[in-house]
Amino acid sequence: MSPTLLVMLIMMAVPVAMVFVYSTLSNVVMERDPEFVGIENYLTLFGDEIFRKALGQTAIFTVTSVTLHLLIGLGFAMMLNSGLLPRLAAALFRVIYILPWVFTASIVVILWQLLLNPNGVINYLLEAASLIDSKVEWFSNPSLALGTVIFINVWAGYPFIMISLLAGLQGIPGDLYEAAEIDGAGWRARFFNITIPQLFPILLAVAMLDFIWNLQQFPIIWLATGGGPLNATETIATFTYNLAFSKHEFAMASASGVVLFVVSAIVALFYVRHQKARD
Amino acid sequence: MTTTRSRGRSVGAQRVALWIGLTLGAIFAGFPALWMLLSSFKPNTEIFQFPPTFLPDTFTIGAYTDILTNPEKLRFFINSYLVAGAVVLLTLLAGIMAGYALSRFQFPLKSLLNTVVISVQAVPPITLLIPYFGLVVWLKLYDSLWALMLTYMVATIPYAILMMTGYFNTIPRELDEAVKVDGGNTMRTLWQVLVPIARPGIVSVGAYTFMVAWNEFLFALTLTQSRENRTVPVGIQLLMGEHSFKWSEMMAMSVLGCLPVLVLFLIFQRQFVSGMTAGAVKS
Repeated sequence: MSPTLLVMLIMMAVPVAMVFVYSTLSNVVMERDPEFVGIENYLTLFGDEIFRKALGQTAIFTVTSVTLHLLIGLGFAMMLNSGLLPRLAAALFRVIYILPWVFTASIVVILWQLLLNPNGVINYLLEAASLIDSKVEWFSNPSLALGTVIFINVWAGYPFIMISLLAGLQGIPGDLYEAAEIDGAGWRARFFNITIPQLFPILLAVAMLDFIWNLQQFPIIWLATGGGPLNATETIATFTYNLAFSKHEFAMASASGVVLFVVSAIVALFYVRHQKARD
Repeated sequence: MTTTRSRGRSVGAQRVALWIGLTLGAIFAGFPALWMLLSSFKPNTEIFQFPPTFLPDTFTIGAYTDILTNPEKLRFFINSYLVAGAVVLLTLLAGIMAGYALSRFQFPLKSLLNTVVISVQAVPPITLLIPYFGLVVWLKLYDSLWALMLTYMVATIPYAILMMTGYFNTIPRELDEAVKVDGGNTMRTLWQVLVPIARPGIVSVGAYTFMVAWNEFLFALTLTQSRENRTVPVGIQLLMGEHSFKWSEMMAMSVLGCLPVLVLFLIFQRQFVSGMTAGAVKS
């Protein structure tokens, strides 16, 4: 048993250590004898305007995505759990609501590229409803691209939250609600005084997990816009990928990868402490 | 009397609001998938027809026959099945063996295991990819399906071990002892007694692993290069870049590409869901 775990640890810990080392060298892989340059790569990185832009956009992308995932996930979970639905209908809606989650990122993106094509069905519907008067370029307009990518990411990612929260809602004892109803509490009071506090530990756990995942989100952004137009959707993940695999700046890419790792690790640390506290 | 009537009315109003909400939600969640399916049966000229058609005017399965008779495109699917199949088998094998050992023999490793599983989440794939790229080149596995199998298992095995340990923990030890009294050895106990009982757990880990391996994009993009080693997620994008005008074919490809995971999901819904929430919603 322990050999497997040991191998896994080596496959995780050693590479992470390697990235840290790479990030302190002059261009690794490409140079035969890279020199130690200390924190120079990090200084260059933070001096780079596009990297700073990517940092900000990563924050916007992550916070907006997680917030919307939570809102939509909670909304859908509560509708499914309302108890006012026939069993079959609840099961059917549940399947439809989970659907986006089974699609791989590249299919998600192609699908939305068709729907959001300037000549596509969404522009058609918006035009028919007189909400827009010319064809909107959802992906190639720099001021819309980030919003579009976030929207696609929200669509693809909320089901995990919804399912987790649904399981949480089903675990809240029904007599809590009954007692509140006898006391004359309205739905708002029941929501804020029972549902939210009872659900809070799970809410916090899924929010942190989702935060880590969205921070690292690569395929959807890369496939939808490649970080463009004009770096409008650049995040740390796409920036790192470009450095490593388009520009072959592996040392700089490592530094950028370390930044992403450190942020993720901090959130993960909170997550672990939270999970321990729940045990 | 009045209170019951007003409550009845408010439940009625609630019901209407609920159905409106549910329908809007279903359109948001399901319309894109429905549109994909419908578009895959339209001829390409109908895709951007103005005004758009909802149901195909001309129903055709041409896009599907094109894909299924083209060896180059079929290759993407074969590769994805090979990679996902191998990863599932090896992950389950490792998960069952290690999970059994962890559950039945006292190792001071439980917390280490937890650490590994969380670390897998915490390390960004893009960060891990840089050293893995070097490792894969060094092992002479660059541009091969082996590179994908190996790297995917780093993510799937720790999770499988954790899940299987949990499942084996729920099976009473008395059962093992009964088999041993009958002269069975440890391995026999595992495969003939515990594994059949733990089947729901194995299915859930297997389905989840399949999905992870089938859907992975970043490593498949970077660790393979030649067309014959591309998997479905990367292959679709390649075709998209080359014939972006053939939308109906892209949609047919997408339908075929999500079919295995969708079928698994519909059959093993409960196991799937429990597998996916196990991490976050533990008691």
